[in-house]
Amino acid sequence: MSQADTVMTAVAPYEPKKRRVRIDRIISIAVIAPSIIAIAIFVYFFIGASAYISVIDWNQSNYTNKFVGLQNYQQLFSTFRFQQDLRNTLFFTIAFLVVCLAIGLLLAILLDQKVKGEAIFRNIFMFPLAISFIVTGVAWRWLLSPGTAGDPHGVDQLFNLDPLTWTWFSNADSGIFSVALAAVWQMSGYVMAMYIAGLRAIPDEIREAARVDGATEWQVFRSIIFPLLQPITLSAVIILGHISLKIFDLVFAMSGHGPAFGTDVPALNMFDTIAANEYSSGAAIAMILLILVSILIIPYLIFNFRNEVKQ
Amino acid sequence: MSAIATNPPAVYTAPPRRFNPWRIVIYAVLLMFTVFYLLPVYILVTTSLKAYTEVNLSHMWTLPTGFSLDSFRDAWFGSESQSITGLAGSFFNSFELVIPATLITAIIGSLNGYVLAKWQFPGANIIFPLILYGMFIPYQAILIPLTRTLSAIHLYGNLYGLILTHVIYGLPICTLIFRNYYAGVPTELVEAGRIDGAGFFGIYRHILFPISVPGFIVVLIWQFTAVWNEFLFAINLVSNPSSQPITVALQNLAGSYSVQWNVQMAGAIIAALPPLILYIFLSRYFVRGLLAGSVKG
Repeated sequence: MSQADTVMTAVAPYEPKKRRVRIDRIISIAVIAPSIIAIAIFVYFFIGASAYISVIDWNQSNYTNKFVGLQNYQQLFSTFRFQQDLRNTLFFTIAFLVVCLAIGLLLAILLDQKVKGEAIFRNIFMFPLAISFIVTGVAWRWLLSPGTAGDPHGVDQLFNLDPLTWTWFSNADSGIFSVALAAVWQMSGYVMAMYIAGLRAIPDEIREAARVDGATEWQVFRSIIFPLLQPITLSAVIILGHISLKIFDLVFAMSGHGPAFGTDVPALNMFDTIAANEYSSGAAIAMILLILVSILIIPYLIFNFRNEVKQ
Repeated sequence: MSAIATNPPAVYTAPPRRFNPWRIVIYAVLLMFTVFYLLPVYILVTTSLKAYTEVNLSHMWTLPTGFSLDSFRDAWFGSESQSITGLAGSFFNSFELVIPATLITAIIGSLNGYVLAKWQFPGANIIFPLILYGMFIPYQAILIPLTRTLSAIHLYGNLYGLILTHVIYGLPICTLIFRNYYAGVPTELVEAGRIDGAGFFGIYRHILFPISVPGFIVVLIWQFTAVWNEFLFAINLVSNPSSQPITVALQNLAGSYSVQWNVQMAGAIIAALPPLILYIFLSRYFVRGLLAGSVKG
């Protein structure tokens, strides 16, 4: 028996196991393959199809595939409605983000002060996350503008505001902020939860050490806690930002496009556009939305994933 | 003996707390926000319990004088005379939609998560982020081809197409949650199973699945809430009114200005109840799913 044969016999018992592992590997790929194929079709192929539809001339119910280049996009940007959409999206996003971040951070810090009934407060601040934007829209429409046109408004009644100066979403200029208020009500608890998770992850020793060194509470916040919360702020901006770009249900239920498209958003515009069989114009709106969301999300995914691979 | 029990040693008494005026400010601010978050609940509940004659602006903030469940009856069963379509049918449609959409996605997501966490295959590092991208896209960007495809395979207009849609677009988040969950399971456990002769499914069934309960609860709650509350797919893909889920039916009920506010508010409460009940009893798991949605949490 040669040296090589001895090695072979010694290794032999492991052979079937190796093959077993190889078979299992094939099974594992077979298990995940349908999901990968489904996502390849329903996400990537469909995005490609939408991109294609946006550069043809399919703006009537019968399908035509005449290539028109960027004409649908040019047409879109020239309409008053889409210009209003972009303006509203900008205002909505800024108001929604700033207020959500401020309330979320404030509540997280307050709840981190070992308050009594913390769990109850936390659950109250977060319950709107469990309900539908449609429910929120229906409730807030009644809150801000009950009755028919000409009636004074509910919240005005409560705070004794002059209904002429407070027209909420029936006003073409400020209506979008009323929608943002309802969105803040629904989503600010999310930001709070993210910040609470962030605060809990900061070890007490770090704060204690700073306090022992004579730092005031404000200094501890400013130079230790805020910098450590920065990644959370970035995540919150990206998550809320992409939600606000896509916002549809809330506006649909609360105000529709409003007078002079004062509360219109791109998603609502797209809904009406495809309902009118203008598929190519609708696809162009969808592609603009996709590009805006991707600008936020793709760097975020890459960044998150690189970090993870490094770990 | 009793003297010892009733007079605990002085060391155990907490040192007297210094009075801190900031504590009052903290509680005042927290209570203020409690009012802000509960205001719509107050108005939903009080309005829905009022009789129609009582629903007007001068009484908007007052408590109902009587106790009337008429608005709930009208919102649930509908009313011929006021041409209101009740929510009862769509409420059950939503369950018919949500239960399969939630269970199927959770099972597939769990297997996917297992593969990604424990069976690294070539290219997984590229494929996983590509899967995750699917949970962030605005669904408008796939809506037209999706509608056409579903109608080509005769799944447009009914709940089956909507179930398929929710399963596929729910896969990224459910896969992510399970992958992160299984990544926390020591690989040695899997190796040990393999040495004992367990194969791919054996390891899943005997090692990972039994410890997956918390992961499943997170995913089931997440997916249930998301699908129950969803509106864009529901309104675009289900044309048949008798198959519509509750969000669409509520929007139809509330969107018509002829319907009284008390009925609308009752309808909103009915539509909000199932996910709200889940939240009240399982909020811990709900929050976990929420934080998983920010990828790393």
